[in-house]
Amino acid sequence: MKLTDISNDVNEWFDGSGPLSDIVISSRVRLARNLVGYKFLSRCSTAEKSEILVKLKNVLMSLELGDKVSYISVDKASSLNRHFLVERHLISRHHAFGKGPRGVVIAHREFFTAMINEEDHLRIQVLKGGCQLSGCAEQINHIDDAIEQKIDYAFSPRYGYLTACPTNLGTGIRVSVMLHLPALKMTGQIEKFFRAAKAMSLAVRGLFGEGTEAAGDFYQLSNQVTLGVSEADIVSQFENAIIPEIVEYENAARKQLLSNQPELLDDKISRAMALLKGAHLISSQEALFLLSHLRMGINMHDRMGASTPAIEQLCILGAAGNDTGKAEDRSIAIINRLFMLTQPAHLQLNYGKALDPTHRDALRAKIIRSALNK
Amino acid sequence: MQCQICHKNEATIHLTEIADGQRSEMHICEQCAIEQGIAVKSQIPVNELLSSLLSVQPTDEELFGIAERELVCPNCGFTLEQFRKEAVLGCPYDYKIFEKSLLPLIEKAHNGKTVHCGKVPSKVPTDTKKRIELLNMRQQLEAAVQAEDYELAAKLRDKIKNSGHSSEDTD
Repeated sequence: MKLTDISNDVNEWFDGSGPLSDIVISSRVRLARNLVGYKFLSRCSTAEKSEILVKLKNVLMSLELGDKVSYISVDKASSLNRHFLVERHLISRHHAFGKGPRGVVIAHREFFTAMINEEDHLRIQVLKGGCQLSGCAEQINHIDDAIEQKIDYAFSPRYGYLTACPTNLGTGIRVSVMLHLPALKMTGQIEKFFRAAKAMSLAVRGLFGEGTEAAGDFYQLSNQVTLGVSEADIVSQFENAIIPEIVEYENAARKQLLSNQPELLDDKISRAMALLKGAHLISSQEALFLLSHLRMGINMHDRMGASTPAIEQLCILGAAGNDTGKAEDRSIAIINRLFMLTQPAHLQLNYGKALDPTHRDALRAKIIRSALNK
Repeated sequence: MQCQICHKNEATIHLTEIADGQRSEMHICEQCAIEQGIAVKSQIPVNELLSSLLSVQPTDEELFGIAERELVCPNCGFTLEQFRKEAVLGCPYDYKIFEKSLLPLIEKAHNGKTVHCGKVPSKVPTDTKKRIELLNMRQQLEAAVQAEDYELAAKLRDKIKNSGHSSEDTD
């Protein structure tokens, strides 16, 4: 697979489909595993790392993961391609810029990826659009079973699956949901979300951009405890307690905006639209921030029947298409596409060469203008 | 706010005095405070603050004990000193070799839990699998009691009884 085969499209888990997808963008379950008979990676020689890589690559490529399963050698990939894989959430930043022989196996439509020689020998993940954690957990469990038929994992009856870092010990599971919480931010209640996350021992990070910043009000919420709790219990806690509570907070904030501050809501949406339609230079941070307001407006129309003047204008976006289906769905599709394709590495890969930041900002603005001014 | 004495400088020192049940406030500048003989302790330099903080941190000996601090894993050559620097272990055996030192960290990272509960590889011996299953059921029982789902709790209790394991088997 060439990365340019996928760089012009939105991946399956970001296409706006799935339960509660107006707020829960996607669900992810990841498992950390290590091979028995080998040291952890920090103590492996290059030759040992290569041996692990070949062994795991062969196992993964022999699994029935559907058509068009690809393998990318991360250590040999260009810097731009590595940035692209990170932007696409196919590999971690640690994997992209780590050391030694390492790679990634990617299933068609990107629902499954396996990082080989990241912090652990193997990290496998399943991603799905909307709130579908049980589905992710079930699928990753089957894949894990299939891998385990062909190799032996490092496992201790007391500590469970043994991982390089004790924070992943036990189940080795990391359950995450990507959330869009613009109304909580706009109404000054985002602290409520942070407090709830902290009280439940959960980690919060930004979905886009580097580090912990949450560009465009997109947050990633994950479990931290992996030992002494079963996989099913962690997933059920997310699905039955954590997600409903946060979705309720965000929906209440959206309703509050609509009934108490419709001018503020319309102002944010209209300004975002005007800037995006008119800008000739726009950074990825600013684009994410503004697109976030449009995404919320369309979803409020679709899910809550909101129809303020600015929201009505927004929904015209998707009305121009000749495709069948709802105008809101087409509008969301346009916005989601812009979220993904205007990220720095996506821009450059689709343009065909590396660009300096100013040229990237100009190209980004041009793509956004042409998508929104149709 | 202006200094109440010189009426020129910005008041940076705010004093509240309570005497005989009477509360009085005074807002003055640093210069007037010195002239009035009010002791103004300057800010502690950052390096002084840091070194005083670090001096109360536990040493490696206190944390790990001398014996474990000097241990070297025979399989991977790893030491606790390296773990402190890198935050990742050298090989699966390190969990056994440095168990005493790692246990408090594991406990802290996992909300007090130190025993696996969850998936077991299919190749693991049956009795190990049973032990972990029993542990899973005990946790479910605890959760059911907490949620006041007594019907489920009773079912789980019977299941645990019928599994034929005593409580000492779980560790």
